[in-house]
Amino acid sequence: MSHTHADTIAVRVLAVERVTPQIKHFTLAPIAGGELPAFSGGSHIIVVMRGAHRVYRNPYSLMSSPNELDNYQISVLRVDPSRGGSAFMHEQVRVGSELEIAHPVNLFGLAKLARKHLLLAGGIGITPFMAQLHDLRLGDVPYELHYATRSPEHGAYCELMSRAEPQRCRLYHDSEQRLIDIEGLLSRQALGTHVYVCGPSGMITRVLDRAHALGWPDSHVHYEKFSAPPTGEAFDAWLEKSRVAVHVLPDQSLLEAIEAAGVDAPYLCRGGVCGFCRTEVIAVDGELVHNDHFLSAEEKASGKLIMPCVSRARCTKLVLNL
Amino acid sequence: MNVALKQGDIYRGAWGFRNTPDAVRRFPLPFPEDRYMYSVNIEPHIPGPKGSVIEFPIDCDEHYVEECHERAIVLEEDPLRYQALPHMMSAQWDTLELGMQSLSQSYPQHFTLTRLGRHWHWINRPLGLDQHFTFGDPASLPRQPLEYITRQLQGDWVIMDQRDNDLWCEGGMVTGPADWSMDFDLGMSFKEWHGPVPLGHEMGVFDRALRFLLNLRLNEPVRRYNWTMTVHPRLDTSPHNYDRWGPDRGGVTMQNVADILHLRTELQGLWRLPRSNGIVFMVRTYMLSLRDVASIPKWARRVHRVLRDLHPALADYKGLARHRPIAVAYLAQFDDGTPTTPGTAPE
Repeated sequence: MSHTHADTIAVRVLAVERVTPQIKHFTLAPIAGGELPAFSGGSHIIVVMRGAHRVYRNPYSLMSSPNELDNYQISVLRVDPSRGGSAFMHEQVRVGSELEIAHPVNLFGLAKLARKHLLLAGGIGITPFMAQLHDLRLGDVPYELHYATRSPEHGAYCELMSRAEPQRCRLYHDSEQRLIDIEGLLSRQALGTHVYVCGPSGMITRVLDRAHALGWPDSHVHYEKFSAPPTGEAFDAWLEKSRVAVHVLPDQSLLEAIEAAGVDAPYLCRGGVCGFCRTEVIAVDGELVHNDHFLSAEEKASGKLIMPCVSRARCTKLVLNL
Repeated sequence: MNVALKQGDIYRGAWGFRNTPDAVRRFPLPFPEDRYMYSVNIEPHIPGPKGSVIEFPIDCDEHYVEECHERAIVLEEDPLRYQALPHMMSAQWDTLELGMQSLSQSYPQHFTLTRLGRHWHWINRPLGLDQHFTFGDPASLPRQPLEYITRQLQGDWVIMDQRDNDLWCEGGMVTGPADWSMDFDLGMSFKEWHGPVPLGHEMGVFDRALRFLLNLRLNEPVRRYNWTMTVHPRLDTSPHNYDRWGPDRGGVTMQNVADILHLRTELQGLWRLPRSNGIVFMVRTYMLSLRDVASIPKWARRVHRVLRDLHPALADYKGLARHRPIAVAYLAQFDDGTPTTPGTAPE
């Protein structure tokens, strides 16, 4: 089975808009003309950026309407310090730039049997919900959106959301000491409600913990998090099946280093969530640094598995069955 | 593709089903080796050789019209062969789009699709259909979108919803099954649906297949082959009418085995659906009489060896127990022990 993304789509940047000091909004249209592939709300694309020294592949949620396929829209938060991808998007990409994208993947879809959808967004985490809202408005299942940002100035789409969803959207700003009452919200939902959270780690953890404590079934709690791969010390890896040696730089992920060495490794989310890149560890002369949200505590402790998209090792040599 | 309409009873009654020599040679033999056991034999559904059943994403062959007629006959008698749960409507439209796009691009002489935004115009020349409709508006079609398109496609079709890390069988058109039922399986999870299959669970085949399918990507469909055998060229071997076809299994003799026993290959295709994020599962059935199998020396030797050495649990599950010895005895006369060449193509 092949894991390559042979069929990337060439797109041109139609528009770039700075929506907050740290967020830029990009409109991407197919160079070949016509329509981009249809998708479902909650999908992300991988944008392939060919930098001077390195290729970056970053996931971004599609925020445009699934019913309008002339272009895709994404928002990019400039991460500071950036490992390169978000800085590339902010500094190098302008109107007319050409990029490659992979077909959309949805790891954060709306549950079709939900009786109600409770959407919790933090900061840039609003983007997948913006696409989903296009579908929710056409349906007859009730929903509400709670959208928290640091301040009105950092709320990229506060105005847009309160205009589009005057009845169903509530805004919260840290700067005004207005926080989402997670406990209260989760404790007063009717059975059959699904909750979705996308935002900073702390927010996701709070929602998952409270939902768990209040007895929500896991099947009704959904989250999405695109964490950039954490940096660390450089180390060396040996790919046993490919017979290839890989050097992983401090600000490079293991997956990126493997790809740079010309080895085709599996991946889907590149954020430590989906489990698709799970790889067997044959040997390590140090310790694994697990940064994913997929492997169980036992699997992490076993030292036999690693998710190269976000995890790394503190060692001189890591041997992978790849 | 030649879609000349044959007259009379094809898949029942007078058994008018025949494969032309071309159809025999393009038959997808499901055995890449001289022995058979389950495996996660999933591969990318990429275009295969010209003229083969995998040249195009959805194959349309010389049996197209007769197979669509057969479907209509089955539905007339048992409308529950088509069912879809209400939350599968977007997956229905996704499947309609897949079918129309694929047929019109692969066989422009037979099918034409014109899209102007949501206003679509579909022409199916072999079946004499000309339909204007609004994509996404069920009221603009004479039937539900999945029923509408699958009445114009060969093979059985199932749509699955993905949730809770599982796939749920929640709609489909199943008129030519190898002993399974949409009515029975509707609403089941992936493993419930595969519950009756022996050995596979112990081997972990379904765990691995499910994990793989949960990550199936848009634009990267996959396929696999499955097989069984059927007495008479009977497409509809459903559990609902077992009384009609079950007794046939006892009627195979050395005199009639060559003509009434058919090797039955399923070409199974799986596509991620874009708007619903569901998956559509195609089970396309090809049948070949043992006489036609024997007309290709390599296939005669290989099928002989596979049947002779088949695990008894698989033979039972596939319903071959009673006539397998007769099929093996018939094919033995064509097997002189010469090795077979790799691959499934006729030599």
